[in-house]
Amino acid sequence: MRFMLLFSRQGKLRLQKWYLATADRDKKKMVRELMQVVLARKPKMCSFLEWRDLKVVYKRYASLYFCCAIEGQDNELITLELIHRYVELLDKYFGSVCELDIIFNFEKAYFILDEFVMGGEIQDTSKKSVLKAIEQADLLQEVRHPQTHLWSPQNTPMETP
Amino acid sequence: IVPSVLRELIRTIRTARTQAEEREMIQKECAAIRSSFREEDNTYRCRNVAKLLYMHMLGYPAHFGQLECLKLIASQKFTDKRIGYLGAMLLLDERQDVHLLMTNCIKNDLNHSTQYVQGLALCTLGCMGSSEMCRDLAGEVEKLLKTSNSYLRKKAALCAVHVIRKVPELMEMFLPATKNLLNEKNHGVLHTSVVLLTEMCERSPDMLAHFRKLVPQLVRILKNLIMSGYSPEHDVSGISDPFLQVRILRLLRILGRNDDDSSEAMNDILAQVATNTETSKNVGNAILYETVLTIMDIKSESGLRVLAINILGRFLLNNDKNIRYVALTSLLKTVQTDHNAVQRHRSTIVDCLKDLDVSIKRRAMELSFALVNGNNVRGMMKELLYFLDSCEPEFKADCASGIFLAAEKYAPSKRWHIDTIMRVLTTAGSYVRDDAVPNLIQLITNSVEMHAYTVQRLYKAILGDYSQQPLVQVASWCIGEYGDLLVSGQCEEEEPIQVTEDEVLDILESVLISNMSASVTRGYALTAIMKLSTRFTCTVNRIKKVVSIYGSSIDVELQQRAVEYNALFKKYDHMRPALLERMPTLEREKGVHLIFRRVHVWGKVNTLYDVENYLQILEINGFHAVLFSTGIPSITAYNKNGLKIDFTFERSNTNPSVTVITIQASNSTELDMTDFVFQAAVPKTFQLQLLSPSSSVIPAFNSGTITQVIKVLNPQKQQLRMRIKLTYNHKGSAMQDLAEVNNFPPQSWQ
Repeated sequence: MRFMLLFSRQGKLRLQKWYLATADRDKKKMVRELMQVVLARKPKMCSFLEWRDLKVVYKRYASLYFCCAIEGQDNELITLELIHRYVELLDKYFGSVCELDIIFNFEKAYFILDEFVMGGEIQDTSKKSVLKAIEQADLLQEVRHPQTHLWSPQNTPMETP
Repeated sequence: IVPSVLRELIRTIRTARTQAEEREMIQKECAAIRSSFREEDNTYRCRNVAKLLYMHMLGYPAHFGQLECLKLIASQKFTDKRIGYLGAMLLLDERQDVHLLMTNCIKNDLNHSTQYVQGLALCTLGCMGSSEMCRDLAGEVEKLLKTSNSYLRKKAALCAVHVIRKVPELMEMFLPATKNLLNEKNHGVLHTSVVLLTEMCERSPDMLAHFRKLVPQLVRILKNLIMSGYSPEHDVSGISDPFLQVRILRLLRILGRNDDDSSEAMNDILAQVATNTETSKNVGNAILYETVLTIMDIKSESGLRVLAINILGRFLLNNDKNIRYVALTSLLKTVQTDHNAVQRHRSTIVDCLKDLDVSIKRRAMELSFALVNGNNVRGMMKELLYFLDSCEPEFKADCASGIFLAAEKYAPSKRWHIDTIMRVLTTAGSYVRDDAVPNLIQLITNSVEMHAYTVQRLYKAILGDYSQQPLVQVASWCIGEYGDLLVSGQCEEEEPIQVTEDEVLDILESVLISNMSASVTRGYALTAIMKLSTRFTCTVNRIKKVVSIYGSSIDVELQQRAVEYNALFKKYDHMRPALLERMPTLEREKGVHLIFRRVHVWGKVNTLYDVENYLQILEINGFHAVLFSTGIPSITAYNKNGLKIDFTFERSNTNPSVTVITIQASNSTELDMTDFVFQAAVPKTFQLQLLSPSSSVIPAFNSGTITQVIKVLNPQKQQLRMRIKLTYNHKGSAMQDLAEVNNFPPQSWQ
């Protein structure tokens, strides 16, 4: 996987993870372009498209688009499973995850992703294992201000570390 | 002042109602963060960087936080490190020298007592480590690859993958550590190890050879995954660890490629996976997909290959469009090697032409063209023509080109071929590629018995609508060539239409005048009108008028043609019929030689007028047609034993004493004449200059000529005489002949 993007129907970026060194201005350009292409897709179209020299796999969950750019020899169908696994991890962690969770806890979304995928490849295929690692890492966070680890409802003020 | 916490900032920014308001908030916050950074405050650095990262995601600059990330990484607090490493991954990249400052911190953290800190370091290195960093830290990664801590081992494996990608020379050092990787029970380690092995095998043939011995072990692991009972930890919709299965299948593909033994060893497991995998959900199909890719790429036995293609065939019938998409993509890859097997699924593929998804349609189209053959061409063309009619504009050019190609290869009859071309031109006439026009003209020229039918159909086609340029160009050319057949009502294939010469000229003139006509199209129309002057009987005056009008056209191309045609009418009228004669049939390769021969055949003229049309057909660029006529007849200077030498003449306009003779040597025997040398001698009062010949080989069967230019200076204007000597090799013998040339026409020397 070259990169993963999460963005809303209105074209707001919620997460971007790049696995190949790219200049900032190129990243911005690619994000803008790809968002446009994906948002223009109709519901009847398949989840795969060709863009530049890459294959793009995308899936919409509620108001968020999950978008992965993979290379020629990568398996599109298993990438859909990868996306789904990530969503399941977020769901388990936040408890019925929604876009607001990702917005207000974006750093956690990154932590979870970084525990699941590294360098564009899956680190661990066990949901339980990944969640446990996040849980343990959360426990290590020094308590500066009162905060809960695993579940953070979006309407109570959440303190940053 | 205590800086606000992250979520407070997020909430605040989200209340902004305009872009300007948001920018103002951001600027205010950035200023506060900047001054906080300046105060070197350790307590709040973490939350400030977190806020900065949020603003960065919104698109605002955050470079002033880069060093702060490094400070966070260096901190002892886990919270700081977590945000610091995240910030480094988001804000830093190898282009900035600053990133190298991370190296030492990462090194320390790789050896940290807490595995989660080690994990952070491995993750950061494995995601964005530069070549220099990788070089410096490869040793640490290698150490961790050998640890018994599976949490670290799996991460080290992926980190190693990144190191190898950045610094391929370091691959060797990881080899020892790979020894027991596949013995692990932990799926995370197994998965990442397979990824690491794959990377190494893809990069190095030596590694590939070395790791082939792992095939039996990989087969065993895969078998266990399939046969094992329900494992809740790795289960996805009833399938055990599909991610690992897919990666193993991919590694097997690489190991089995071009290797009979390995391919044989994995044959059974592939068959097993192919037949036993549950296909009701995407996850099962993902595994089947990878299996098919592997089967097709290794040296699998034919039964297995057919099994794979049948899986793809079943995919095509799946309701899930994603599955149909990958099926078409895969079939496209295999259609050359397993053509017959793919043919069996032809009707399903053709059905996909009607799919709503453009990517699926495109693949179905490409695949359909690949499947056309002599047996199915009629049926397939019907479908493809229908597709051409109804598809999106982005497909039409490729579809039209594809249809032309397929029709040319497999046309069951000339009539069918012409009809198909007509259908394409009338359906998608404006999308047809420019290079199709000369090809079609040649095709039509060579379908001699269809000329009347073709010109009639083309005439009818543009009568209603002359906006589609390629169609109009082909039609104009045809009408110009076969206009006589059109007005004489000779068509056999269908009811001949009644049309007068004036009506034909009407349509051509409409094309000339129309705003929709491109310059090239106008050229075709004008030339066609000109040609009709020798094919029509009652409208020559009208044609003369049209041609003279365009002599002052603003369009330079048109003007030049018109001027030349005018000249043809005025000064060289006796030559007009010969020049505008019907085109002979052409074969592509011999075309050039035919041109020169035809020029010679015309004899009286050194004109390359219609050569332009020929050359358009033959797609030779950069040739400029010049009409010049000297009126000096050519002669045959020598004709013996199958060797014929013709002379054509040109007088210099600057020096009346100079005659330029172009000799053309042709060979009607069935063997080439090689090492051909032409020599000439003239009486003392003349001077001779021989330029280099075009070649020394005269090909057999009149399929080519040698040309050579001779300049003769004749200051005393004496009767031209010449003695020629010819030497060449033919049928294994050396040949030589002397001859006198006495039949020079007076215009060549007077």
